[in-house]
Amino acid sequence: MEILIFAILAVIAVVCAILVISQRSPVASALFLIATMVSIAILFLLLNAPFLAAIQIIVYAGAIMVLFIFVIMLLNLRRDEFGPERRKVQRFFAILFVFLLLIGLATIIQVGAFGLKSAEEVSDVTTPAGVEALAQLLFTKYLFPFELASILLLVAIIGAVVMAKRRL
Amino acid sequence: MVSSSAYMILSATIFAIGVLGVLVRRNVLVMFMSIELMLNGVNLALVALSRQLGSLDGQVLVFLVMTVAAAEAAVGLAIIICLFRNKKSVNVDDFNLMKW
Repeated sequence: MEILIFAILAVIAVVCAILVISQRSPVASALFLIATMVSIAILFLLLNAPFLAAIQIIVYAGAIMVLFIFVIMLLNLRRDEFGPERRKVQRFFAILFVFLLLIGLATIIQVGAFGLKSAEEVSDVTTPAGVEALAQLLFTKYLFPFELASILLLVAIIGAVVMAKRRL
Repeated sequence: MVSSSAYMILSATIFAIGVLGVLVRRNVLVMFMSIELMLNGVNLALVALSRQLGSLDGQVLVFLVMTVAAAEAAVGLAIIICLFRNKKSVNVDDFNLMKW
């Protein structure tokens, strides 16, 4: 049953990801990207990470994608402004090298999988799920990166305002 | 129970599609979305390995990656608005002022 859900979600995620990069209109790309993110969020649920699934939908599919759609609408692009896509030769080599990259990654994963525990063994040692265990780790062991992230967000807010504003 | 390597293969596929998007597309907005796609693929691998190793450290890392992605989207889209204001285009071939 779990394998069936995984297969369906994997197909949806990959097909929508391909549609993201093949759609002509940026709005359609953004909508398919939201579909990919939602299916990845459900995969997080399967992986026993409910908090990250919620954050994925709220922050990624919610906030970031709304920002994207907002900018697309703000720029008010016409059809002819999308411009010509890359030449055929360039596209051929791009697909070829990405295919080689994928083969390389798959080989590394298969070679590395020998040392790993099998899925049945993993299910015996369940990771503590839920917000509490994650928060415990985030506010003790990873407190410094957490604080740095807050500074990063502040810098990003100031940077975005400075750049997007016409004159300060 | 789905094995972790299945999740890793899916994650590698999504990452590769993101790389392809950055290489093939000329629209700077779609290139940006492809970068988000790559980050999502890596997040999936991190969560899968977090389950594999039985620790939550990977999930904390995913949390921080999402923070960085939000910051990156805000700054990047501001840059895109700036570029569009100056060049009236979102095609990366038009942004060649600092090339050569």
